[in-house]
Amino acid sequence: MSQALTQRAPQRAAWLIWLGRLNAVDIVLAALRILVVLVVVAGTVGTLVKNRYDAAQWVDFVVFGLTLGAIYAQIALGYTMVYGVLRMINFAHGDFVMCGAFAGYFVATPLERSGFLENHPVLGMGTILLVAILTSTSIALLTERIAYRPFRRVTGLAPLICAIGVSFFLEQTFRGMFGSAVKSYPSPTWQSITVDVFGFKVLSVNLLVMGLAVVFMTALYLIVQRTKMGIAMRAVSEDGEAAALMGIDVNKVVVFTFALGGAMAGISGVFYAFVYKQVYFFMGFTPGVKAFGAAVLGGIGNIPGAMLGGLFLGLVESVGPTLFLDGLGIPAPYQLRDMIAFTLLIMVLIFRPQGLLGEKLAKKRA
Amino acid sequence: MSTHRAPWLRALAIGLAFGAVAVHLSVVGVLLMLHKRWIVVDTLSLGQAILVVLGIGAGGMAAARVETGLGGRGHLTMGALAGVASGVPIALLTLAIAFVPLQSIFIALSPDLLDMLTLSQGPSLGVMILVGGATLAGLLGAGLRLIPASYTRPLIPGAVTVLVAGVFQELIQLMLQQYQGIVTDIQDLLYTWEGLTAQGAIILFAIGVACGVVARQLRARNLIRNPVPNPKRERFIWAGVALAVLVVLPAVAGSYIGQVLMLVGLYILMGMGLNLEVGLAGLLDLGFVAFFAVGAYTTALLTADSPHALMHLPYWGAMPVAVLLSVCIGVLFGLPVLGIRGDYLAVATMGLGEIVRVLVMSDFAAPLLGGAQGVLQIPKPSIGSFQLGSPVSLFYLTLVCSAVAAFVAWRLENSRLGRAWMALRDDEDVAQALGINLVRSKLLAYGLGAAFAGLAGSIFATMLTSVYPSSFQLLISINVLALIIVGGMGSLPGVVLGSIALIGLPELLREFGEYRYLFYGAALVIMMHLRPEGLWPSEARQRELHSRDETLALDAGSDAVPVQGD
Repeated sequence: MSQALTQRAPQRAAWLIWLGRLNAVDIVLAALRILVVLVVVAGTVGTLVKNRYDAAQWVDFVVFGLTLGAIYAQIALGYTMVYGVLRMINFAHGDFVMCGAFAGYFVATPLERSGFLENHPVLGMGTILLVAILTSTSIALLTERIAYRPFRRVTGLAPLICAIGVSFFLEQTFRGMFGSAVKSYPSPTWQSITVDVFGFKVLSVNLLVMGLAVVFMTALYLIVQRTKMGIAMRAVSEDGEAAALMGIDVNKVVVFTFALGGAMAGISGVFYAFVYKQVYFFMGFTPGVKAFGAAVLGGIGNIPGAMLGGLFLGLVESVGPTLFLDGLGIPAPYQLRDMIAFTLLIMVLIFRPQGLLGEKLAKKRA
Repeated sequence: MSTHRAPWLRALAIGLAFGAVAVHLSVVGVLLMLHKRWIVVDTLSLGQAILVVLGIGAGGMAAARVETGLGGRGHLTMGALAGVASGVPIALLTLAIAFVPLQSIFIALSPDLLDMLTLSQGPSLGVMILVGGATLAGLLGAGLRLIPASYTRPLIPGAVTVLVAGVFQELIQLMLQQYQGIVTDIQDLLYTWEGLTAQGAIILFAIGVACGVVARQLRARNLIRNPVPNPKRERFIWAGVALAVLVVLPAVAGSYIGQVLMLVGLYILMGMGLNLEVGLAGLLDLGFVAFFAVGAYTTALLTADSPHALMHLPYWGAMPVAVLLSVCIGVLFGLPVLGIRGDYLAVATMGLGEIVRVLVMSDFAAPLLGGAQGVLQIPKPSIGSFQLGSPVSLFYLTLVCSAVAAFVAWRLENSRLGRAWMALRDDEDVAQALGINLVRSKLLAYGLGAAFAGLAGSIFATMLTSVYPSSFQLLISINVLALIIVGGMGSLPGVVLGSIALIGLPELLREFGEYRYLFYGAALVIMMHLRPEGLWPSEARQRELHSRDETLALDAGSDAVPVQGD
């Protein structure tokens, strides 16, 4: 139909038609795009011309970015899987991360004091991670059962508002239980050894986080791809009703999804705390929002996408302030780190809501 | 609901749920905090009252929900069972506190809490008291269910009167102290300097019950005379009463109440703004605090006596500029997110709000906005030679602004634009198909919502006489969101009610402030589950939900034979 119309229409230059369809909003959005690109390009050129940083510093930025990115990727997996199955943003997911970090803290501190963590790094880390995983998973399952289950079939704003409420409830519960002070995380000496990688010195804690993240994410990928439950999960996220008709117990799948997401959140909580060396009740919020951005960036509902998005976001956040902003002569660019991450998030939401790898979910929402 | 489970199991589950709430409150530290406030001096603290209410609630709910087929005796048994179950978790917690050193991890599990839970009787006797008390409370709860409502209903105003008079004794006594003569006699009758006496509590309870009975009689008589109730008229009367209280109270009650009400007023202003966006247009905006910040910073930069100031306008010159600039920022803010819907919009706006905060905090913007130190020395507004210096006078300014804003919001609600917003909220695609200009209506929603927030920010700046970036956290957006949801989305009286409940009450119970967000979180979850339309829903919203019930009933009636009794 539309094809026939365009064929019959008088031969007008394509760009004229395009110009006729332009409106103010498009112009503003285009200007926004151009502005961001200009800032990035000008900043990068400026920084490179000034040449204030040597190769070792850039490698540091990249390594730190990849470490952060590995953590974001694991958090993002939780968002993406829950979104895939339930079509809701689990706003409280960042707080599951916080719960894991706290649980790890209360195991790590006595282990550190007794010297166990110092002498048996593998066993020590294993115990810490296990407790964190158990805690985060049980909190995730409780949240699902009590707060989210009644909203299974509800559309609109109610589930999101409920999730925001859960997020605050969890934060404040932990604050009430453990106090509002920032607690410093134990740091065994083997974590601050520098290791020589291709001639560059890299902190061992960063290597550990990246290495373990790869292991855990591979495991998760295999679970989702190979196990029966994983296949059921993918079926539900493809089409929940059809999956239910095929005899898949959707309830079980949802519980399984929350358990997996919770476990990943617990792991990343411990990692995040070991990298930043501190825990407090509000710590889950920022990585949570950023990881959501990473999940959208990769294409929400898409598991490899979430991993990719997380790594990308971590890199941009770590390298970006120096690369993009330092060259523009902005003082203390690292203060604007979060701004870069949030800008990336908003740009993705505006210009490519289906993300880098996602295609199908895009428009049919809300 | 799972009706196939054995009745005693269901009663047990209900009891355990209530017990879990009690344990949560103790572990988080709320219980001990509430224990420090007496309702009746040396007899009943707010914390103890909460425990009793939880027990009664467990019993009442078990009696109402669990069908045993044994009649009254069965209800009582189930109530007692739920009561026991609600007492056991907290009793176990008590034993744990007594014998395991937990305070090094859970800071709230202190000896004081143990003392409170066991009534200073030592762990073994204390546990028996706890479980026994919970059983009695459960029985009482079930018993209250069995007695006809006409007898139990008047007890509620009695209990509420005692609660209010006891909990707010400080404020009430301060107010009463300003007068002499008979007022002092009444004060001596009810209060000691510490709080409400047992004698006073009984008197107030009796008065409350009497009022309850009289009100019931009057309502019953009214119903006979005028069988079709007129909710609109009733609402107007209530709104009028609330307004009168708001106008008179601060002048009578002094500057502390004035300050609290001033904050409430600011949040009412912001609430009405966000209400346009969320309640009417359905645009969930979590970056709302940015507009508030724009209003505050504009006012600061235009009036302050500090090196950052751009001009030294009087307040009345700066306020319109602040509002206008907020509108511009609101439209600018709305432009890029026009195409984003639903959940994504919430996250995008939150990101925008955070960007604003990070920018204001940074050294980059410090030369203009003062960085983390903020802008100081903002003058108070003055009318002629009269300076609006005190919180009470600023409260009246807020009240006037709120009244104007409420009028605007009320007119908007029923305007063409308001109806366009509501259509957009219900279904964007259909609204567009019906010829509603999405871009215009959305941008107007952002712009007008921002105007209200900018006005509030402007008043906020002169109230504090200084602005800091740390005042503009995401938490403010959440506060405003929580209050319009609790009050009722899209409802103006709901905004007022919500900000009194969520902003005013925690300010009055000062120690409560620390736990404010815990209750906000819980309130959001509970409201979404039990009463998504809010405490004071808008008429349209109520009609929608009501008509949906009716259609559901019709649907159910058409394909199912109604079952009556058994």
